[in-house]
Amino acid sequence: MKGYFQKKKMIEEIDKRIIRELQGDIPLEKSPFAVIAGRIGISEEELLKRAKSYLDKGYMRKFGAILLHREAGFKANGMGVWDVPAGDVQRVGEIMASFSEVSHCYERPSFADWPYNLFTMIHSESEDGCHEIAERISRATGIKRYKLLFSTKEFKKTSMEYF
Amino acid sequence: MDTLDKKILNRIQTGFPVEERPFLTIGNEFGIGEEEALRRVRRLKEEGIIRRIGASFDSRKLGFDSTLVAIKVPEERIDEVVLLINEYKEVTHNYLRDNDYNIWFTLIAPSGERIKEIIEEISSKSGITEIRNLPLTRFFKVNVDLNFRDDGD
Repeated sequence: MKGYFQKKKMIEEIDKRIIRELQGDIPLEKSPFAVIAGRIGISEEELLKRAKSYLDKGYMRKFGAILLHREAGFKANGMGVWDVPAGDVQRVGEIMASFSEVSHCYERPSFADWPYNLFTMIHSESEDGCHEIAERISRATGIKRYKLLFSTKEFKKTSMEYF
Repeated sequence: MDTLDKKILNRIQTGFPVEERPFLTIGNEFGIGEEEALRRVRRLKEEGIIRRIGASFDSRKLGFDSTLVAIKVPEERIDEVVLLINEYKEVTHNYLRDNDYNIWFTLIAPSGERIKEIIEEISSKSGITEIRNLPLTRFFKVNVDLNFRDDGD
């Protein structure tokens, strides 16, 4: 699936330069966007206008603070994988997505030896906390066949650099 | 972290004001003024609670493709294969998980062809054929904001 920008050839060089700057970290100063606009060589007004339009059009999912989960006290994350009958995925996915402890919820392909087609990332203060949340999700959806895979080691965690 | 820190974190996670004087707006909302709002956010950054303040783009809308990949790596080869995987700048997250498919990583690339190419390269360089491409087929949710309860602490 090609994105909207690419299809319409709407992504201009100036947008790429703005995206490159905004995907990083703002300077913690009173007028951070004036500093960024200066780096790009456009007016602050132009930068704010374009940034807001990316938000309105959904190219930008959010502009905000990204926290380090561990430092913020959310020490455990479990990848819940669920075996959901094909015809029931929409209903179950919507219920799972409504849990505030679930950050990501996607349907993905299953295989003969891997029946799990719904994926949820579950965050809590502890592994026990993740198990409790998974049990609540199981009761709320009626899906009984699932696994919770904990990350025992983090090898890489970066933000994507586009362009 | 005190209660006000948590309230500020909730506020700026959901949306940091895209305005000329964002800290003035935040300071006014919490009745603490611009200087104090800026001071608190700087401290939360120094303490490592805030990783960054910036944009999260929708990779698909920017014309990029993404996927999750699982690979079954023998215990004694984990370090070596992780090095091989992490070399790709298209790999954004990579974790060891307690499962027979034990290494799970995410890929973001300008095209689905590039994603296939990277998976094939990792498979051929490592000699591991038990590798699975798990692109999303239906989207339900992404929201990585953490909700801090106002528990007075």
